[in-house]
Amino acid sequence: MDLLFAMVVPAILAGVALYGVGKRVDVYGALLQGAGEGLEVLLRIVPALIALMTAVYMLRSSGALGLAAQALAPLLDRVGVPGELLPLMLVRPISGSAALGVGAELMEAYGPDSYLGRVAAVMLGCTETTFYTVAVYFGAVGVSRTRYAIPAALCADLTGFLAAAWAVRLWFGAE
Amino acid sequence: MTMAWIWTGMVVLSILCGLALGQGEQVAAAAVEGAQAAVELCVSMAGMLCLWTGVMEVMRRSGLAEKLSRLLRPVLRLLFPQAAEDRRTLDSISANVSANLLGLGNAATPLGIEAVRRMERRSPGRASDEMCTLIVCNTASIQLIPTTVASVRAAAGSGTPFDILPAVWLSSVLSVGVGILACKLLARVWRD
Repeated sequence: MDLLFAMVVPAILAGVALYGVGKRVDVYGALLQGAGEGLEVLLRIVPALIALMTAVYMLRSSGALGLAAQALAPLLDRVGVPGELLPLMLVRPISGSAALGVGAELMEAYGPDSYLGRVAAVMLGCTETTFYTVAVYFGAVGVSRTRYAIPAALCADLTGFLAAAWAVRLWFGAE
Repeated sequence: MTMAWIWTGMVVLSILCGLALGQGEQVAAAAVEGAQAAVELCVSMAGMLCLWTGVMEVMRRSGLAEKLSRLLRPVLRLLFPQAAEDRRTLDSISANVSANLLGLGNAATPLGIEAVRRMERRSPGRASDEMCTLIVCNTASIQLIPTTVASVRAAAGSGTPFDILPAVWLSSVLSVGVGILACKLLARVWRD
């Protein structure tokens, strides 16, 4: 089963190439041209990433995240989300790599097949790096009036977090 | 301006909090590390990103993207009625959504940016309702196979790293659904 999942990406590469050759498309030329365009996209993303990761690193090292976790833990217990997961939920919309780091720590500490470990994994799987995504998309097209994009996206994130705890209880129980 | 406030707030908060908790030196070090880590991340993702934009170009030229787009079109037409009037915009949106479904996050981003760029022509400098909906579809993960999380679980010693799949799907559907619903509601009440 794991091999099957691992083969998804190579299979897509081969499938797309075969389909293209079958349609008499210059697959290699298209690949190179597309890759070149990818480089331009990357150059547009770099400034936003530099700005955001600097702020996130500072926030993480200042201890602000730990303080917020302590303050909100009693509230979270009521909706079935362990307070230990709060740092993950706070970091998740801001930094993908930081969230993955926090999540990996939680899974190591409590076990990947524990309730807490599973909820952490599902939270990571059903949400995205909201602020980064908004910054990249609106930054790339020069839209500064983002209106309700961030509030609506955070609604989705919060739903994902609560649903993660609920879905894991539904499938595996709350032990 | 929203990002300007958020960014300034994050930096000021970390300095104040760091000084109050006696972590001033760590914060100072982090300010330098963060920028460097961002560049390192860009370099490490450059290969994947360029490979997938290359694959997408092949898909586009061979007509595969068009096929995938046709499958998703009925649903997306309902979500993005204005953007659907322009074929290439709808193509970009559906290619973006299908890349997200396949978990090709790095491929989805350039496609989504292309879509937003085309939608921006109708509403320069200002996020339209449909742009907000597309952004929310991208900030809420709709990945069918969350390979990164599964590999973290496997690394932590789980024998069945993919047993969370149904829970991830259920949570993703709820999260995207509420996000789109929030967009529809906020579109009616938001003043700007």
